[in-house]
Amino acid sequence: MKKIIAALAVTVGLATPAFAELTFPSLSYRTGPYAANGIPFADGYADYFTLVNERDGGIGGETINMIECETGYNTEKGVECYESTKGEGALLYQPLSTGITYQLIPRVSADGIPMHTLGYGRTSASNGKVFKWIFNYPATYWDGASVAIKYLLDENGGDLSGKKIGLVYHNSAYGKEPIRTLTELSAKHGFELLELPVDAPGQEQRSTWVQVRQQKPDYILMWGWGVMNQVAVQEAVNIRFPMENFIGIWWSGSENDVKPAGPRADGYKALNFHAAGADFAIYDDLEQYVFSTGKAAGAGDQQGTVLYNRGLYAAMIAVEAAKKAQEIHGTAAITPAQMRDGLEQLEMTDEKMTELGLDGFGPTFAASCENHGGSGKAAINQWNAETGTWEVLTDYIQSDQELIQRLVEEDSLAYAEENDIELRCQ
Amino acid sequence: MLYREAGDFKSSYAEDSQTFPIRLDRRAYVALVAVALVVVPFVVNDYWVNAVLLPLLIYAIAALGLNILTGYCGQVSLGTGGFMAVGAYSCYKLMTAFPDINIAVLVILSGLITAAVGMLFGLPSLRIKGFYLAVATLAAQFFLVWLFNRVPWFYNYSASGQISAPERTLMGFRITGPETQAWATYLFTLAFVFASAWICRNLTRGAIGRRWMAIRDMDIAAEIIGVDPLRAKLSAFGVSSFFIGVSGALFFAVYLGAVEVGEAFGIDKSFLVLFMVIIGGLGSILGSFLGAAFMVLLPVLLKNLLVGGLGWPTDLAAHLELMIVGGLIVFFLIVEPHGLAQLWRITKEKLRIWPFPH
Repeated sequence: MKKIIAALAVTVGLATPAFAELTFPSLSYRTGPYAANGIPFADGYADYFTLVNERDGGIGGETINMIECETGYNTEKGVECYESTKGEGALLYQPLSTGITYQLIPRVSADGIPMHTLGYGRTSASNGKVFKWIFNYPATYWDGASVAIKYLLDENGGDLSGKKIGLVYHNSAYGKEPIRTLTELSAKHGFELLELPVDAPGQEQRSTWVQVRQQKPDYILMWGWGVMNQVAVQEAVNIRFPMENFIGIWWSGSENDVKPAGPRADGYKALNFHAAGADFAIYDDLEQYVFSTGKAAGAGDQQGTVLYNRGLYAAMIAVEAAKKAQEIHGTAAITPAQMRDGLEQLEMTDEKMTELGLDGFGPTFAASCENHGGSGKAAINQWNAETGTWEVLTDYIQSDQELIQRLVEEDSLAYAEENDIELRCQ
Repeated sequence: MLYREAGDFKSSYAEDSQTFPIRLDRRAYVALVAVALVVVPFVVNDYWVNAVLLPLLIYAIAALGLNILTGYCGQVSLGTGGFMAVGAYSCYKLMTAFPDINIAVLVILSGLITAAVGMLFGLPSLRIKGFYLAVATLAAQFFLVWLFNRVPWFYNYSASGQISAPERTLMGFRITGPETQAWATYLFTLAFVFASAWICRNLTRGAIGRRWMAIRDMDIAAEIIGVDPLRAKLSAFGVSSFFIGVSGALFFAVYLGAVEVGEAFGIDKSFLVLFMVIIGGLGSILGSFLGAAFMVLLPVLLKNLLVGGLGWPTDLAAHLELMIVGGLIVFFLIVEPHGLAQLWRITKEKLRIWPFPH
C-alpha cells in the first residue's frame, strides 16, 4: 500500500509543473598548487550534470543548477564558497579537500545540508550513528590503507613480518589519516612502519627520499595530492626505487602524477575505487550531448582520465541519490533534508551501473543508517608508461572490515562525546 | 569648506590631545562605531559575517599587532603566522582543558601566552637588526608551525592533526562551534577589535609608544637619550604578539572553527599580514584597518563582480583577481609609498583648504 501511495505521489509530483531547480554547488579548484588534479575532477563533475540536463531534462524533470566556486584548496576561500552558495538552496556539498571537509562537517550538520566526501575527508564520518549529514562511500582512507596492506600480504605469501613499509604523506589532516590504521596493521602483521612526512605543497622532497635511500624500505605507500605526487614519483625514479613496490592511494594515481616522470614511471601502482579510461557506454552519450555540442566544461581535454572519471562518479552518485530522494518523498523539488535520506538509502548495484552506461565502473555498495562509508573495496591499478594507461591488476579487494569498524567506532564515539551528539539508528 | 578646524576651540589639555581633534572626524568616528554596533548586527546574515566581516576584523587585529612591532618599533617580523598559530593552539588547549571558563577570558589568556612566546623570539632583536632580524623571525615561523604539526599534545592526539573548536558560550550566547548566531560572533569580534584599536592608539601616543618610535628612528640616539632598548624592544614584541595571538585565537575559534597549522598559519599568512601593514601604512592605526580591508575585501569583491556579476568562469576570475590585486598593490605603492593611511592624510590636508587651495 505504501509503495502505491509513494508511486502515486511520484506521478503527481512529476505531473505538477516544476519551477524550482536542484542546486549542486561545485567547490572546485582550477588554480593553485592542486589545480592539475582539481581541473579534471571539476570538469567531470560539471559534464555529468550537463549530460543529465541535456539528455534527461534534469532529475525527475527538475533541471540541475550547478554553481561553481573556486576554493584554490584554501580553507578560508572554502568557507566563503560555502556561505555564498548555501543560501541558494544547495542540496549537497562535495568539497574535494580534506581540510575544507573538516571545516564544513560542523557547519553542514548545523545547517542541515548533506555532504558527500567521495573517498576522502574524515574517515570516521562513515559511522552514520554519529555523523548524520556526512557520507564518504564507497571507500575511506582507512579502507585504502588496509587494501594496500592486504595486497602486499598477497604478494608476499601472507607474511609481511620483518618487512619495512614507508608511508610518504602530505603533512596535513589528509596525509595523517591512514597512520592510525597502518600502525594497527603493522602490529598485527609484524611489519615496520616508516613515517615520511612531506610539507605542503610538496615541491621539496629531497630529504624525504634521502631518508628512503638510507632506510631502504621494501615498499612505499603514498598519500599525496597535487604537485607532491609528481615530485614523489620523479624522486623515486631518480633514486631508482623499484616502481612496482611503490603504491599510491587513489588520490595519487592519476595520469598527471606519473606522466612527468616519463617512461621510467612504468610499473607505479595506485589504488582506485572506480575504473579509468573512456571505454564506457556513458562516453557515447557524453559525446552526443555534451562534447559535440560544445558544452564541455573547462578546456574539454580531460576526458577518460582517472580524475575526470572520478568527477563523473561523484556527480553520478549525487544524481542517483537525488533520484532516490525523489522516490522516497514523492516530490521532484527535494530539500537538503530529503536529499540526505536519498544518500542514506542509496544502493549501487551492477544492474544500476550498467543501466547508467557505467558497466563495471565501481564497486557495489549499499548505504544504511549506520553505514555511510560504503563497502570499502578498492582495486590496484598499475601505470603502463608505454601505452599511457592505467591497467587494472586486481579485482576489488575488500578491506579488513573488523579492524576498521573498531577504529571508526573508537574515533567517531570520541567525536560524539566531545560534541554532545546523540547516537542515531538505535 | 566643509571639513575644517576653524572655530573648533579647545579649552583644556584633554580636549587638545584627544584622538580626533577635529569635530567632523569625531562625529564620523562616533557615527561609524554606532553603525557597527547598533545597525550592522541587525542586518548581517551568515554570508556577510563569515565571509567578509569576521576575516576583516580579525585580520585588522593582526595588522594592528604587527604595526606596533614593525610600524612603530621598526622591527621587521616574518613570524606573524607562527604567532597566530600560538594564539590558536593556546586557545584550543585552554578551551578543551577548561570548558567552563568563558571564551572571552580564554582569548585574552591565549594572547598573553603568545606575548610570552613573542618576547622569547624577540630576544635576538637585541643583537640583530633589519634583514637579519627578519630571518630570525622567519625561523620562529617555521619552528612554531613544525612544533604544532609534530607534537601531538598540541592537537590532543587527534588522528588527523586538525584542531576543532568545541562549542563555548559567553553569557549564554554561543560564540564558537557550528550553531552560532551571525550577530553574536560579529559583536564578540568587534568588541576585541574596538578594545585593541583603543589600546594601540593610546599606547602609541604615550611614553611607551614614543620609546618605540625613538628606537625605530635611530636606536643609538634613543639609547643616548635614555631609552632602554631591552625594555622597549621586548615590550614591542610582547604587545605586538599579544594582539597577534588574540587574532589567531579568534581566527581559529570564531572564524574557521577548525584549522590545520600548515595550511592556516603558513608563511603566506605572515606575508599577507605584512602586506596589509605596508599597504595600509606603517605606523598608523587607521592604516592597519585600511590594509586589512584592502587585502580581505578586494578579492571577495572582485570574485563577486567577475563570477557573480559578469558570469565569467571561476578559474579565469581567480587568475584575474591575483593580477588585479597584485597590480593595485604596485600601483598604490608607487602613488603613495607610505600607504593608504598617508593617502587619507593628504586628502584631509587638501579638504581643509578646499575649495581655495594656495
